[in-house]
Amino acid sequence: MTKNHESTTVSPNQIPDEWFRKKDKDLIEAEAVVRPSLSYWKDAWRRLKQNKLAMTGLIFLVILALLAIFGPVFSPHEVDGMDLPNQNQPPSAEHLFGTDEMGRDVFTRTWYGARISLFVALAAALIDFFIGIIYGGISGYKGGRADGIMMRVIEVLYGLPHLLVVILLLVVMGPSLTTIIIALTITGWVGMARIVRGQVLQIKNYEFVTASKSFGAKTPRIIRKNLLPNTMGPIIVQMTLTVPSAIFAEAFLSFLGLGIQAPFASWGVMANDALPVILSGHWWRLFFPAFFISFTMFAFNVLGDGLQDALDPKLRG
Amino acid sequence: MLAYTIKRFFMMIVTILIISTLTFILMHSIPGSPFNEERTTNETIQANLEKFYKLDEPLPVQYLYYLKSIVTFDFGPSIKKPNETVNELLARGFPISFELGMTTILVAVISGILLGTFAALRHNGFIDYFAMTFAVVGISVPNFVLATLLIQKLAVDYNIFPPATWSSPMHMVLPVLALATGPMAIIARLTRSSMLEVLTQDYIRMAKAKGLSPFRIVARHALRNALMPVVTIMGTMLAGILTGTFVIEKIFAIPGMGKYFVESINNRDYPVIMGTTVFYSTFLVFMLFVVDIVYGLLDPRIKLHKKAGDA
Amino acid sequence: MNEHQLDLAKEIEKEKRDELSRMKKQSQSVPSYKTKKQKMISEEVILEVDNLHVQFSTFGGSVHAVRGVSFNLRKGETLAIVGESGCGKSVTSNAIMGLIPQPPGRISEGRVMFKNQELTKMTKKQMRKVQGVDISMIFQDPMTALNPTLTIGEQLTEGVRTHTNASKSEAKEKALDMLRLVGIPNPQERLKQYPHQFSGGMRQRIVIAMALICEPELLIADEPTTALDVTIQAQILELFEEIQQKTGVSIVLITHDLGVVAKIADRIAVMYAGKIIELGTKREIFYTPQHPYTQGLLKSVPRLDLLEEELQPIEGTPPDLFSPPTGCPFTARCPFAMEVCEHIHPATTVKSLTHQVDCWLQDERAQAFRNELKV
Repeated sequence: MTKNHESTTVSPNQIPDEWFRKKDKDLIEAEAVVRPSLSYWKDAWRRLKQNKLAMTGLIFLVILALLAIFGPVFSPHEVDGMDLPNQNQPPSAEHLFGTDEMGRDVFTRTWYGARISLFVALAAALIDFFIGIIYGGISGYKGGRADGIMMRVIEVLYGLPHLLVVILLLVVMGPSLTTIIIALTITGWVGMARIVRGQVLQIKNYEFVTASKSFGAKTPRIIRKNLLPNTMGPIIVQMTLTVPSAIFAEAFLSFLGLGIQAPFASWGVMANDALPVILSGHWWRLFFPAFFISFTMFAFNVLGDGLQDALDPKLRG
Repeated sequence: MLAYTIKRFFMMIVTILIISTLTFILMHSIPGSPFNEERTTNETIQANLEKFYKLDEPLPVQYLYYLKSIVTFDFGPSIKKPNETVNELLARGFPISFELGMTTILVAVISGILLGTFAALRHNGFIDYFAMTFAVVGISVPNFVLATLLIQKLAVDYNIFPPATWSSPMHMVLPVLALATGPMAIIARLTRSSMLEVLTQDYIRMAKAKGLSPFRIVARHALRNALMPVVTIMGTMLAGILTGTFVIEKIFAIPGMGKYFVESINNRDYPVIMGTTVFYSTFLVFMLFVVDIVYGLLDPRIKLHKKAGDA
Repeated sequence: MNEHQLDLAKEIEKEKRDELSRMKKQSQSVPSYKTKKQKMISEEVILEVDNLHVQFSTFGGSVHAVRGVSFNLRKGETLAIVGESGCGKSVTSNAIMGLIPQPPGRISEGRVMFKNQELTKMTKKQMRKVQGVDISMIFQDPMTALNPTLTIGEQLTEGVRTHTNASKSEAKEKALDMLRLVGIPNPQERLKQYPHQFSGGMRQRIVIAMALICEPELLIADEPTTALDVTIQAQILELFEEIQQKTGVSIVLITHDLGVVAKIADRIAVMYAGKIIELGTKREIFYTPQHPYTQGLLKSVPRLDLLEEELQPIEGTPPDLFSPPTGCPFTARCPFAMEVCEHIHPATTVKSLTHQVDCWLQDERAQAFRNELKV
């Protein structure tokens, strides 16, 4: 802390007399710590980057998305190209992840599976988001009696055992890509609507909203600078966490025989198909889809946790 | 407390009614009759079904009969299993599923709470990191993946536990482990974070300032408050475990209700699907009701009656 | 002046300071004195805090929250520790109570003596025999200091049951006595109720009852009235005085509110950036404050008798204790700062047997500057 000051020569056992004069104030104020102010999103991104686990998840998901899109291009095998003489082959240079009981290439099928699993999950999360925004938004914005009724509905729906309802729906509608997404969103939007409503109620009470109404002109800026940071956090986190539960639900349904039908295969279907042969030592049949299901869920979970920490303005420090 | 209980009870009835009605509508929206000839194997059953569900009557009447069958817990005969009713299947399968589910919940709750508590008490210590790594992995690995992994390693490779069926305590280890890990991880995480929050509360400092022993502070002052959030997720957790039994019973060839349910889905055995769904939903909603009441008992602030002289 | 010279100068200052503190110790036994209310304060010292240092290690480095605090407290006396938030007053009280979380906290130097027992050397287990029995603590917010899931009775009696062999009914009797002492009506019925069924003022009374139930000799009150309404504040302060008269308990009162201090304190210690910068009787601090910070604090208190004068807040913020200044920590905000203040911490100047202050303005070499100021 000793700042450079005019070097005076005094006898060491004495404090120089000129030190007993009024201090120059400018020197002191220069010590004030200046902290760079970052915009909300930049700040959140900075904090997310510090979270190693969340970044691992994010990088894994980016690679997975790239592989789901381009993976099959690099493979010489067709997704449903049967090769019966080469059935249940262990992983080799020809078949990186081995083959299944029809001699189909597990590597190629894994990336097709990724497309389906990710598509189902992302579609479910997005539709949840839109329904949730509309329902929760209206409920929170209207308030009063409409809100009361809408919340009662939510309360009852929240008490339903979701997976049972999904099973019932799929039994009736028959399993397909569309019906699985529909079934998942019919039960899934409730959670999002609750969160959106909570956020809208919170916004309504902020004083800067009242203030912005009286100014009028600056509204877009206020929405961008104040409302979004304070409300989008929990919604984004909820979306991130919807994805792994949708992936789980889809795989789970496949196990009940309600998965997506051939020739396509989601990870869940691939894992389910592998069950009868697991005891005969064909581990790769189960390992690859199971690994990707688990790791994708893991990646989304840690990313969601990381986002939660990064986006919470109250933890800003 | 009474008013609260009555309100919750009313909501439970409404929820059960909605599920039942939904099931009824869905089953009757299947083109043609859900019980037409191509699905059934047996003339007698076909006739029994038509009689049981009064398929010749108009829909509202059918609906009333259906509601009556729910209230009396009589779900009619199975299509695929001649000479068996859904009730008989439930009576045979549900006790086993119930045993599996309850064991799982006990294991998950006890070990989850212990793990979460110790993690919080040793915040940023070894146990904490271990517990949280375990938790995030446990949440991410689906139970069916874990189940097959356990069979492969502990049953096939090392032959420690039997790989399937449900005949001795040793047989229970793997399925319970597979089913309990996820909920245990969730409980551990939740307990840890709420425990960490509670431990910073003034009443904990107050308890320390009273010179109470650390054990007493945790057991009497911290745990009860920290477990409030855990109780609130018990309902959803129960639902997850119960539906989880479907898959686990299939993988381990356990003759519980889940196995019959999966079979009935594959065979489109509608009476069994309907009966099981309604039965399980009712069971779950009832458990949710119980959880709510327990929560009310744990937290004195929820009690709605107030004594005179309250500020 | 180079580094070496500076070091030497500092060393000499330190020696001077040590000598002074030796002198202070010799004249330790301050004669007993009478307060306005004719309260007799005996000469028996029950608490002695000597050069206490507390550090917290955080991710950003080590925070030196308390940097050499020394004071003592006699039986039946009320000492107020006053200062802004973050000045280390709560940390000091937690250190006395043995409530510094370790890690990250650590008492790095100094000691706390309670009636010939060295608290800072005790194990946690030994400390628990002192906590709640000999020394009790009252926390700031009565809304959070009571466990919401246990009845008042359970929370009151558990201390007695832990520390004595009292039976359940004896403990209950004791709890009832305490509730009566702190002025809770219908104690019999109230014992069975939960904290949420009481108002804020009532809750603070219960917290006080809880602290007093094992008849401690020392009560540490950390901002006991801050969270309360003004009218309730006065009642609680009166309760403190009443209890002190009845039980002869010594009180360390931590507060930022000089109004509270004026009412019940006998002596006042003013803390700033982890140090006690001025210590004296209430009279001395209020009528002849020596440190510019104490003067600033007094000027920033609204006073009804001086309507003409404007309130003068102290500009600026306290220093960052991640890297505490080597000199006087108040330099940056001090209207009378000199060059020396920034580099070397002032030694303690003894103004009277009860009054001491750490400020360079007291130094004879600052005479010229003092004269300048008076013009």
